[in-house]
Amino acid sequence: MLLSLKDLSYVYSKGTPLQTGALKNINLDIEENSFIGLIGHTGSGKSTLIQHMNGLIKATSGDVIFEGRSIYEKGYDLKELRCNVGLVFQYPEHQLFEETVFKDVSFGPTNQGLSEEEIKARVENALRIVGIGEEYWNMSPFELSGGEKRRVAIAGVMAMQPKVLILDEPTAGLDPKTKNSILSQIKQIHEEVKITVILVSHSMEDVAEYVDRIIVMNDGSVMYDDEPKKVFSHYKELEKIGLAAPAMTYIMNKLKENGFEVSTDIITVEEATKEILNCLNKEKQC
Amino acid sequence: MSIVKSENLFFEYEYMDESAEEVKKTHALIGVDIDIKQGEFVAIVGHNGSGKSTFAKHINAILRPTKGKIFVDGMDTADEKKLWNIRQEAGMVFQNPDNQIIGYSIEEDVAFALENIGVESKEMHKRVEDALIAVNMLDLREKSPNNLSGGQKQRVAIAGVLAMKPKCIVLDEPTAMLDPGGRAEVIRTVLELNKKEHVSIILITHYMEEAVDADRIIVMDDGKVAMSGTPKEVFSKTEELINLGLELPPVTKLAYELKKEGLDLEDGIITYDELVKGLKGLKR
Repeated sequence: MLLSLKDLSYVYSKGTPLQTGALKNINLDIEENSFIGLIGHTGSGKSTLIQHMNGLIKATSGDVIFEGRSIYEKGYDLKELRCNVGLVFQYPEHQLFEETVFKDVSFGPTNQGLSEEEIKARVENALRIVGIGEEYWNMSPFELSGGEKRRVAIAGVMAMQPKVLILDEPTAGLDPKTKNSILSQIKQIHEEVKITVILVSHSMEDVAEYVDRIIVMNDGSVMYDDEPKKVFSHYKELEKIGLAAPAMTYIMNKLKENGFEVSTDIITVEEATKEILNCLNKEKQC
Repeated sequence: MSIVKSENLFFEYEYMDESAEEVKKTHALIGVDIDIKQGEFVAIVGHNGSGKSTFAKHINAILRPTKGKIFVDGMDTADEKKLWNIRQEAGMVFQNPDNQIIGYSIEEDVAFALENIGVESKEMHKRVEDALIAVNMLDLREKSPNNLSGGQKQRVAIAGVLAMKPKCIVLDEPTAMLDPGGRAEVIRTVLELNKKEHVSIILITHYMEEAVDADRIIVMDDGKVAMSGTPKEVFSKTEELINLGLELPPVTKLAYELKKEGLDLEDGIITYDELVKGLKGLKR
């Protein structure tokens, strides 16, 4: 197992009247080369959870195991862990700071103490895989558009060649075209580099479209952890905790109520199109 | 009666070139003519950098035109003396709820602007209470805003604007950071204000399914108005929208795909019921 969380709990402001359990007994196994969606309402514990995965927050109790070793062991190299588990925060463009795009992306690998050639190779590679062409490399990151800035910020984490890439709402505030292009790029990276991706998102449509497994957080606990179709079949429960299913699930349920013989465990437009066409064809044969 | 009317509105951003020392200019708005009626609910959509937010910031005179005019409730925003009147008429709600909340308690937060303009205490209590009732947050009035969910925080921000009794509220991507439940809450609140209190709403959004509820959609592209019409009209022009870097609401997208496969459905289906009705017509 690549990354495991064992009986993990975290309490904010412990020992004060404001004491709150932010995470309660979390058990999760993250396999190599998986693409996971992490969803939950604001305040459900998603961000706290991902910050445990690279040791930014230390659990109150429980353990985090990365490649077989507890990260809480004495002498564990947390700096290396943070290179292996790369975290892209919300609005990562706010963290760009260098004079040029190239220098900005070099920051991580430079701090890893790599040789100059190695840094150069990694930065070039990282910028290419996020779709930032050579013509941008010497520009100031502040001259770029919102979508481009975000790609550069993701490249900054990719340049450290992490084994796990965690993205906290990477497309919030982006227009649909930019959003789709960044998400398909991440999917491509996942497929080509065989990297594990954890995508934190508030968009059920995006999660339905891209991930293989969904973890639903509610009140600091894992409520569901399953393949997307199974998770979204609980759409009524999801609504109660501030979430929803993708629009297609609702449409198929609505059709079924109206006498169409369609299956309801459908989450993407592509599946819905096929299912509706099939249903209409069958009717004609009768 | 227009609440917001722009005439041939131009806006240029100026910035310094780093290497040379010349001033560069970008045209963010190029001859925009928009006329929004009192009581209308208008959604403005467009890709990042299309000029939506620049236009929004003209409505309460955060930005002033480089050329052309914009009038808010008949007042020219270029007129310095009208600045405070304009900002009372046109309230603004931004994307990040955490950046616009300041009070120790919810009612204090909502009262902030009223205190600044020196509203009398009795009147202030009344207005704060009315505003909190309108966004359905009265129960929590004494609570700290810090422990609220994202959707609740945005509703408090809306109440803060509402307490000023504006004729028009401009919301610049108010749901971008919210979960689905929070998003639904905010949109429901906005719709209610529009229908019950007749406040004009200008909603800037990237979520096409939110734009479906508007009376009219304005599509911006490269500083210009590219399209304008009812949701049905706008979402019927599928190819055009896609070329403008936008997408269709999920239902419309499904109907479009089904049409491409040869099903005889009408253009611009925007609700679940319309789709169900259309498909029923094809059965047998």
